[in-house]
Amino acid sequence: MAGVWIIAEQRDGEFRKITYEVASAAKKVADELGTEVTAVVLGSGMQDACAELGKYGVAKVLYVDGDAFATYTTDAYTNAAGALIKDGAPDVVLFGASTQGKDLGGRLAARLDTGIAVDCTALAVADGKLKATRPIYAGKVYADVIINGTPQIASLRPNVFDVVEAGGEAAVEAASADAGEIKAAVAEVQAAEEGKIDLTEATVIVSGGRGMKEADNFKLLEELAGKLNAAVGASRSAVDAGWRHHTDQVGQTGKVVTPNLYIACGISGAIQHLAGMGSSKVIVAINKDADAPIHTKADYCVVADLFDVVPELTKEV
Amino acid sequence: MNIVVCIKQVPDTESVIKIAGDGMSIDTGDIKWVMNPYDEFGVEEALRIVKDQGGEVTVVGAGPARVVEALRTALAMGADKAVHIQDDDLYGADPIAVAKMLAKAIEPLNPDIVFFGQRAVDDDSGVVSSAVAEFLGMPQLSVITKVELADGKVKGTRPIEGQTVVLEASLPAVISAQKGLNEPRYASLPGIMKAKKKPLETKTPADLGAERSDFIEIAALNPPPERAPGKTVEGETPGELAANLAKLLKEEAKVI
Repeated sequence: MAGVWIIAEQRDGEFRKITYEVASAAKKVADELGTEVTAVVLGSGMQDACAELGKYGVAKVLYVDGDAFATYTTDAYTNAAGALIKDGAPDVVLFGASTQGKDLGGRLAARLDTGIAVDCTALAVADGKLKATRPIYAGKVYADVIINGTPQIASLRPNVFDVVEAGGEAAVEAASADAGEIKAAVAEVQAAEEGKIDLTEATVIVSGGRGMKEADNFKLLEELAGKLNAAVGASRSAVDAGWRHHTDQVGQTGKVVTPNLYIACGISGAIQHLAGMGSSKVIVAINKDADAPIHTKADYCVVADLFDVVPELTKEV
Repeated sequence: MNIVVCIKQVPDTESVIKIAGDGMSIDTGDIKWVMNPYDEFGVEEALRIVKDQGGEVTVVGAGPARVVEALRTALAMGADKAVHIQDDDLYGADPIAVAKMLAKAIEPLNPDIVFFGQRAVDDDSGVVSSAVAEFLGMPQLSVITKVELADGKVKGTRPIEGQTVVLEASLPAVISAQKGLNEPRYASLPGIMKAKKKPLETKTPADLGAERSDFIEIAALNPPPERAPGKTVEGETPGELAANLAKLLKEEAKVI
């Protein structure tokens, strides 16, 4: 069968945006290799949704239906996807570097005894092989890596690859694969705060640093974020000061983010922070210190007090 | 409880990373090496569990001779003994290959729990813990911010996009630690003195019967893509600055 395979990501029976990003990137790779894209969908009651993947370049869907696949578990996904991949022997396997994909990647690569490039931001084909680009040291360096072994596995950073509509309907084939023993089971699922957007998926991030002075002042950023449908991030110093939860931290020991727009408020720009947000598409720095390193990374520098400018900006957007 | 913590030695996060002359590796000349920050959470959690339930903590690290410093740091924090898989070429090697070696070193230690940091802040792969779990046939609980142990089972809290899930598995299990799990302690001076006398075993990949494989081959390292110089937003008043910025973001950058 060979070709380029993707492993779709779904939650509650709906594909997540990363699935379309991966399908679109896979289509490009498949075109260069002169082959087609096959999607592995593990889910429950998703037959009708599967054909939709054709819109993003998927020629064929191998759909495995079962209660054990409704919610992601490392074991069910490794067992089922691993068996299908061994059987179908694709050349390339791609999926998202979401928390799910990052959890699955190492396990699957070990199961298949092959190589994996995690969190890639670009893909190319050279001499009939996949060459992947991935930021390391939180983006201080970009590595071009060749993945040896078969299949070549790569996970793709969310919000980097464009969703491209092409083609029509995918041919959906019911596939059979066993979920096997679930060694680590999901005991409980707690929803996050309503309306809270995850940093790694956000297209706009408004972030605050030491210049925010206290926890309460993050209200200003929450208000701006509300208008922009943005997530609120924080620098390490704001997290260490206890103003924000550690899950909001952007940087080398926090989240590495790639939004379309990153607005840094009262952030001086420590090297670890710059590394974590440096691949944002557009960066705005609002900091009254004209010499703050953050201004050297920004596309738009506002040298002014954030407490004066942010409320005005909230009115303008 | 018999607990193994795998640690990696990485450049301090303040390090400026320079690409070496070969274009394929980094210049390690000026680098200050530290224990991977996420691994500290693993060491701390292991020490807390052993204090509570009794047992022993063994730290395992792979890489060149200098990795001993990171292992000594963990011993100074309170770990009981260390195993060093010494191989000068292992830094920057394929993570699956490293995982194979770690699994071979861990297996004879018969752990109830194997801790890792959720990723290393140098190669940012985060695949070694789950690959080791696979090689050892253990369940994995990745990126965990809370660990609860009872009746031979472990529950781990894992934040994912828009949700938090609680995973449950029987021991032995592999757990990768995320920031928030605990506040790692510093190595005390008496701890540092004691660490010098604690057992540290050195093994080579050959001793473990592990051969290096190169599933991931670096073709080139490049500096991050250059950004065009930024534009200073003009305006006399905060209102003007905000209006001009909003206009630029809408009309020029087209991001809002």
